[in-house]
Amino acid sequence: MSDNTQSYSAKSEVSNINKRRTRFERIKIAFSKAPLSAWFGMVVLSIYLIAAFFAPFIAPHGEAEVFPVAYAPWGGEHLLGTDQIGRDILSRLIFASRNTLGICFLACTIALIIGTIFGIIAAIDRSYIDQILSRSIDTLMAIPVMIFTFILLSVFGPSNLNLILILGVLESTRFFRISRSVAVGQVVLEYVEVAKLRGEKLSYIIFREILPNIASPLIVEFGVRFIFIIFTVSSLSFLGLGIQPPAADWAAMVRENAILIQYAQYDITAGLTPLIPAAIIALLALAINFVIDWYLYITSGLKDDIK
Amino acid sequence: MQGDQGDRSRLVVELIIPRLKNTLFLTGVSALVAIPLALLLGISAALYRNSVYDRSATGFSLVTVSSPEFFTGYIFILLLATLFPVFPTIANVNEDTSLIDRFYLTALPVFTLTLVTMGHMMRMTRSAIINILSSEYIEMAKLSGATRYEVIVKHALPNAWAPIAQVITINLAYMLIGSVVVEFVFNYQGIGRLMVGSVYNRDIPVVQACALIFASTYVILNLLADLIGIISNPRLLYPK
Repeated sequence: MSDNTQSYSAKSEVSNINKRRTRFERIKIAFSKAPLSAWFGMVVLSIYLIAAFFAPFIAPHGEAEVFPVAYAPWGGEHLLGTDQIGRDILSRLIFASRNTLGICFLACTIALIIGTIFGIIAAIDRSYIDQILSRSIDTLMAIPVMIFTFILLSVFGPSNLNLILILGVLESTRFFRISRSVAVGQVVLEYVEVAKLRGEKLSYIIFREILPNIASPLIVEFGVRFIFIIFTVSSLSFLGLGIQPPAADWAAMVRENAILIQYAQYDITAGLTPLIPAAIIALLALAINFVIDWYLYITSGLKDDIK
Repeated sequence: MQGDQGDRSRLVVELIIPRLKNTLFLTGVSALVAIPLALLLGISAALYRNSVYDRSATGFSLVTVSSPEFFTGYIFILLLATLFPVFPTIANVNEDTSLIDRFYLTALPVFTLTLVTMGHMMRMTRSAIINILSSEYIEMAKLSGATRYEVIVKHALPNAWAPIAQVITINLAYMLIGSVVVEFVFNYQGIGRLMVGSVYNRDIPVVQACALIFASTYVILNLLADLIGIISNPRLLYPK
């Protein structure tokens, strides 16, 4: 024992602790500590993604395939019945995940790219360009997104491409705001100064120096905005202005089958049919919320009670 | 520049005014129900933080926040209009409808709007109050021997007014936008329905007029939130 204390050296122990964990190990540890709600969110989210990617293989019938019986009851060949012109509801629910998630993801990605690039440029510049960009973004944000989308859709006409572009541009304002405010703190730090002195190009400074350092608030914002865009697209589709037929969409299915609710007292399944796609949207939003909360928790060490 | 939005076969203003009244009635009643309820729930959840009550209240609010307006609306229709027919499905009001009938007819839209905004408002109130309660001067007040009542009413509340007022105004703006979908679900003759119909028909003057009303209300409410924030914080009132 005394021998051991004589030859004790802290060096071996320190080097042992210092051994850096690989990225994979760190992710594995984070996952093993994930709370139940985060697991729930991830499982639900992956089910949605599987449904979106493999829709043609999972769905029992085609997206716009019309069967002779309209408003067929549950069971039999059509597990969840058919809609007002005889399309299989279960298949349309599965195909809708592809349409809705795809359109919302595209819109959100466009918003992220436009907003972040302009946001960082404004943060680097801090003079005329910053003023012009920030003030015009303020003007855009003064009008609620949904109302602005109404105006633009009535000008350009409702189509899926227009929807993606309009929402992408309108939602980029939030990404601009957040990326600018986070990047302003980074731009003044030494490493950016060094990169400028090294003679790096603007694009290198934006993408290789600043962007990795402001990524985590942007990822959180992406999740939050993604839910928001899903809600906006769903509201628009529900009003008949969003995703255009024959493409299936959850919210549009709610509206198309809403009339079935009045038969609920005779057949409860008929009353539930229009509620299923709405519940699917709610479940998706809940799942993303859980995952974001968990991500926020591990990246910022945020305490649960300061939300 | 003129306030009147052009001359068609009839004035856009004539089309809008009765609809605007209906929408203001709907959102006004919903706000009167939702705001006190949300503040009460939010403040009590913050005071009894991490209790069973707090956990169930925040959990429930997360569910309502995650639900789109039409989901909540149709659940109410399914439960309270078809399975147990207490309220009418369609909120069909006109100018002759008496006030009591109006309350009865708009019950389900009001419930829906209330539930949809209440979750947001409750969560925001709760986090604002928790923020204040965790600050150092509240700790100091507790250490000085103030009772629980004194700490909350005398020390916490004066600083809480600004965030609470902001929560309320932001959610009023949110409620106004949410009313578009709710009006569509219940076939309520409000300005949101008018606007959606006009987008269908590409009736640009009406869309513009409706958008003007929505946007200006939104801007005014946000301005109001900022003003209340400045007035209630003396440090912002006198610039250095």
